[in-house]
Amino acid sequence: MRGVRALVLTGFGINCEEEMAAAYRLAGAEADIVHLKDVFSGKACLFDYDILNFPGGFSFGDDLGAGRVLANRLKYKQCATGESFFEQLQRYIAEGKIIIGICNGFQALVTLGLLPGLAPEIQQEVALVSNDSGKFEDRWCHCVVPKYCTSPLLPKGALFDFPVRHGEGKLWVPHEETRELIIRKGLIALQYCTQEGGITEEYPHNPNGAWMSCAALTDPTGQVLGMMPHPEAYLSFYNHPQWPQRLREEPTAKDEGEGLSLFKHIVEHVRATLHTAVIT
Amino acid sequence: MSLVDVDPFVVTLMPAQDYFQAEGVRIEEKAQKFLGIKTGRVTVAKRLIFQNLWELKQVEHFAREVLSEGGIYQACIGGCDLKARYHTWVVVGKRPGVTDDEGATAQKAFNDFLGNEHAAVEQGVFTQTIYGFENALDEAALKKLACELLGNPMVHDFAYNAKQTQAPLCAELPSEKVGVVSLEISDEALQTLSKERHWVFSLEEMKAIQAHFREGALRSMRDALGMPEGPTDCELEILAQTWSEHCKHKEFNALIRYYDKDTDTHREINSLFKTKIAGSTALIQERLKENGHDWLLKVFSDNAGVVRVAENLLFTWKVETHNTPSALDPYGGAITGVLGCNRDAVGTGVGGARPLFNTNVLCFAEPTYDKPLLQGQLHPARILEGVVEGIMDGGNKMGIPTVNGSIVFDERFCGKPLVFCGTGALMPEYLNDQNTWEKRLDPGDWIIMAGGRVGKDGIHGATLSSVEADAELPLGMVQIGSPATQKFLFDFMEEALRMGLIKTSTDNGAGGLSSSIGELAELTNGAEVHLERVPLKYLGLSPWEVFLSESQERMTIAIEPKNWKALKHLADEFEVEVSHIGAFTDTGYLDIQHKSKRVAYLDLEFLHDGVPQKKLCAEWAKPNVQEPKSIVVSDYNSVLLKLLGAYNICSKEDVIRRYDHEVKGRSVVKPLMGMNGEAPQDAAVIRLSHEGYEGLAVSNGILPRYGDIDAYAMSAGAFDEAVRQIIAVGGALPDLLQEDCPFWTVNDNFCVPDSVYDEQGNPDGKYKLAQLVRMCDALYDMALAYNIPMTSGKDSMKNDFRAGDVKISVPPTVLYSMVSKVKDVRKITTSEFKAPGDLIYLLGETYDELGGSEFYKLFDELGANVPQVRPERAIALYKRMAQAHDKRLITSCHDLSDGGLAVGLCESAFGGGLGASIKWNASGLSPQAVLFSESHSRFLVSVNPKRKEAFERLMEGRFTFLGEVIKEHRLSITVKNEKLIDLELAKLLEAWKGGLVL
Repeated sequence: MRGVRALVLTGFGINCEEEMAAAYRLAGAEADIVHLKDVFSGKACLFDYDILNFPGGFSFGDDLGAGRVLANRLKYKQCATGESFFEQLQRYIAEGKIIIGICNGFQALVTLGLLPGLAPEIQQEVALVSNDSGKFEDRWCHCVVPKYCTSPLLPKGALFDFPVRHGEGKLWVPHEETRELIIRKGLIALQYCTQEGGITEEYPHNPNGAWMSCAALTDPTGQVLGMMPHPEAYLSFYNHPQWPQRLREEPTAKDEGEGLSLFKHIVEHVRATLHTAVIT
Repeated sequence: MSLVDVDPFVVTLMPAQDYFQAEGVRIEEKAQKFLGIKTGRVTVAKRLIFQNLWELKQVEHFAREVLSEGGIYQACIGGCDLKARYHTWVVVGKRPGVTDDEGATAQKAFNDFLGNEHAAVEQGVFTQTIYGFENALDEAALKKLACELLGNPMVHDFAYNAKQTQAPLCAELPSEKVGVVSLEISDEALQTLSKERHWVFSLEEMKAIQAHFREGALRSMRDALGMPEGPTDCELEILAQTWSEHCKHKEFNALIRYYDKDTDTHREINSLFKTKIAGSTALIQERLKENGHDWLLKVFSDNAGVVRVAENLLFTWKVETHNTPSALDPYGGAITGVLGCNRDAVGTGVGGARPLFNTNVLCFAEPTYDKPLLQGQLHPARILEGVVEGIMDGGNKMGIPTVNGSIVFDERFCGKPLVFCGTGALMPEYLNDQNTWEKRLDPGDWIIMAGGRVGKDGIHGATLSSVEADAELPLGMVQIGSPATQKFLFDFMEEALRMGLIKTSTDNGAGGLSSSIGELAELTNGAEVHLERVPLKYLGLSPWEVFLSESQERMTIAIEPKNWKALKHLADEFEVEVSHIGAFTDTGYLDIQHKSKRVAYLDLEFLHDGVPQKKLCAEWAKPNVQEPKSIVVSDYNSVLLKLLGAYNICSKEDVIRRYDHEVKGRSVVKPLMGMNGEAPQDAAVIRLSHEGYEGLAVSNGILPRYGDIDAYAMSAGAFDEAVRQIIAVGGALPDLLQEDCPFWTVNDNFCVPDSVYDEQGNPDGKYKLAQLVRMCDALYDMALAYNIPMTSGKDSMKNDFRAGDVKISVPPTVLYSMVSKVKDVRKITTSEFKAPGDLIYLLGETYDELGGSEFYKLFDELGANVPQVRPERAIALYKRMAQAHDKRLITSCHDLSDGGLAVGLCESAFGGGLGASIKWNASGLSPQAVLFSESHSRFLVSVNPKRKEAFERLMEGRFTFLGEVIKEHRLSITVKNEKLIDLELAKLLEAWKGGLVL
């Protein structure tokens, strides 16, 4: 049986592609870094891969709003195949494949309307806006996967430490009915919390003032996942800001970072679905 | 140039009423804090101006579908009644000719929306920002807000409460004229001419050029070519740029007569650069070779030096200053400084190195500076804010982690700040079977310009960076950085190099094409350029401006002609503009043409070697400084609290968090460790890859205030500071006799005030030059003692600010930035205490060296006993330290510097969230020296009690046992049986964290 294949997009200001690809490789998947232009031109095909990744960065310098110009291009670009890229994305989801966006990639998915993806006609429903502090901030946060989260890509109830590095990461949901649906359908995929796992609105635990301390969203299929924190920056134990102290307390700590364990979970899930597909 | 009325389509994006706009809140707070203006609620709206290139219907559709951001903004098309919403407002737009990146991106997005291909065209979409205020502000207040908070008159145009929308347009008529300049004029007229044209030639240099153009052979050749007898404006501009202090380092290459008044001795130094900097490195290079070490590949040539890190892996890096641009436009100066260092690294060798990290060191006056500002002088708080934002965007938007840095405060930086930016990059040693670090070039290779278009920005940057700043500096000097453009460019270059399409490349920085092509032309001995092929942002540039412009984000690439088609195709795919603008030749001349007409024809030998050597005088006399009589301290607790809040010591968290130090996912030691970021570190450590455990340690050493006592001690101390930071985390000095001799690479950066004696203008010039000589003496001595080579460096010689009769000069400053290899990042030691019960030791010796200390500064004293470096003792200790790290005998290690032992103890305690109980009956030292002396080459370490014996055996004779780490959050220090410090950690932390809040 073939292995899990991840496509890591790059180009136009995306800049976390290296560590994103490393995450999949270390998690046991194959990963290719592909420039978006090659996807548009048909040189590379999305459908050869099981997981499509929109890494972090500053696409188009964040001009006109983070992720906006990238999303605009993704939406309106006609691919060499005659299909638009946006149609390809929808078909990708319909075929049961996975789409993951981190930071700037999350911002683009939200702008495209793929997250939270509630409306029958895909359109932007929520926004990731300026942090309440008004500043870009790099800090490590605790986050927890809510027990009611419906996406199989995340281990329910798991607690993670991840760095956040953004200026526009506050989830803003303008309409009451959208808020209700997000909660009812279990689309919140990560929440900022205290070290013990208690959800809190308090800064800097919640670094940006996000609604419901929400750090990640999934869509009703559970196949699309977007998050502000950067699990791909915590592949190694030695990335954590407290690793020296932890090593002193536990000299046999393993080298794996919590981000890598999340990617392993994702890859395992996909491997299992591939396996099921083969059997059926 | 001014705003011109046009009739464009205008889209105003107003934020939705219920949308909380953090940007507005910050502006409201800053207006109150910095300017004392109560604005009331501030709303920020964006305006896009579409110059009549499209149909209104299309614009409307685009605004509704794309620009409204899912309801955050309401898009108003055409008129927008601002008066109905605000009492008063300011519209901020870019000045004509200044890059409007966001407009360019909007144009791309609009084309995407319409399904158009991306043709490289002139810009037709521009942006403005509208700041609306709840309160009715008068025009004076609006103007103050506009010029001091919302924008910079050097970069922006402002309109106050304006109803009419105006779009920027470069209204000047094309001027392609070539001027001819007669040099057959009086000496006085020559000097005036040089000043008026911003050439910054000395009279001697003008006369050398005059003599050159008088040569008979040259005259007849020019005649035959149809060139005028006298030089063209383009030729003089090229000479001015090439001969500038920035490019030729004339003072570092000067013949200096040095007189030591104290000993009544003379000596002569024929080029500080050649004898001291390159001189010491050449000796070290020899020693390395003799012992079979071949990691030092390239020094002092190309854009940056190169060392070998591992098999088929090279490291290159450059640290440079961007002081004058940052004094004029802090944001623009800093961001272009960062992006320029990126290009230096990426333009080394054949090009295409992958940036790995940024580092930066900033020198400002205190943000609380309250003296009246001189004309053209920006307030230090504003400079700080702008520079930090520039460094943030320059690093974050390129995806390069800013791994560490430092901020130094001294009032004398209030005229010109010092902004040191650095970028380190990795490249394979071989690509397509050829080594990557040597530039290869042959006559007939084509010259390609890649990246941004050329405008009037940054003209005269090279020449004017070496004059004192004043309000008269021309606006054209300001450059605007565009990280997005540069990221596109680097992605393209990496791929083109991989495909073997690029033969060599170099960066367009100071001096633009003139500098990049002029320098590469030396390799083949000639170049021919056709300026009409250079793509322009707008019309109206004369040929010399095209050649000299410092428009950013451009690289000069050399290719074999057969690769042009493939390169162009690839560039189109990456949306990068490339232009074939000429070829390298072997004629011996720089041949610059515009529409087939020669605008410059310069003998390369004269261009590069014709500048006459400067002759300068230096005179040293030890400054008359004394130790203070006695400082009476009744309460050491309050002194320590004050010291922790001092600008040079306090936490820089507010700054550090603005920089992404995690991107690339390989950071091991970050600037602040601990979940709450309360553990400041010494050197930064990053892994080379995600798979292996080899890494690099990066450090910076800078100590300007010691120079007031002795510039030699200052320079030596800064060198040692950078070395010991790397030793502290676990690095090892180069050991020539060992097979495994880790590489070290240093960038030295000198920033000094005008050091050329002038009876009227600079009466203490000889003393200042002597300080520079002594700084270089120290560099030489330290480098040879430690066997640590310089690989690149830079000097910035005129860090003065003048307004009328007032001159503000920076203290002479040198920054040593160092990188060395870390064999195994898992064995790294960080600065914070790790566990209660661990034993605390001081390694190295403490002397009564409070001269220039932060402690004395609290009492407005300078002192005389400036810390000295004792290299032999330091080396012996550093070698043992490396063994201790390797054997994991040390649990925490922090190098002692500003504030001495007391501050070091606090910092180690903060990070671990643990207290310490210290007792030291130091003999022969005063309590003040014990607590606050800043003696070099010392470390505060903690040791697991289980390793006590092994540690003490290894460190025999070099350690002092101080006490132990305690669980209680409390620091107590007892000196000679007297408890001098006894404070709760929370109180200390509050003081340390409260020092600098942005």
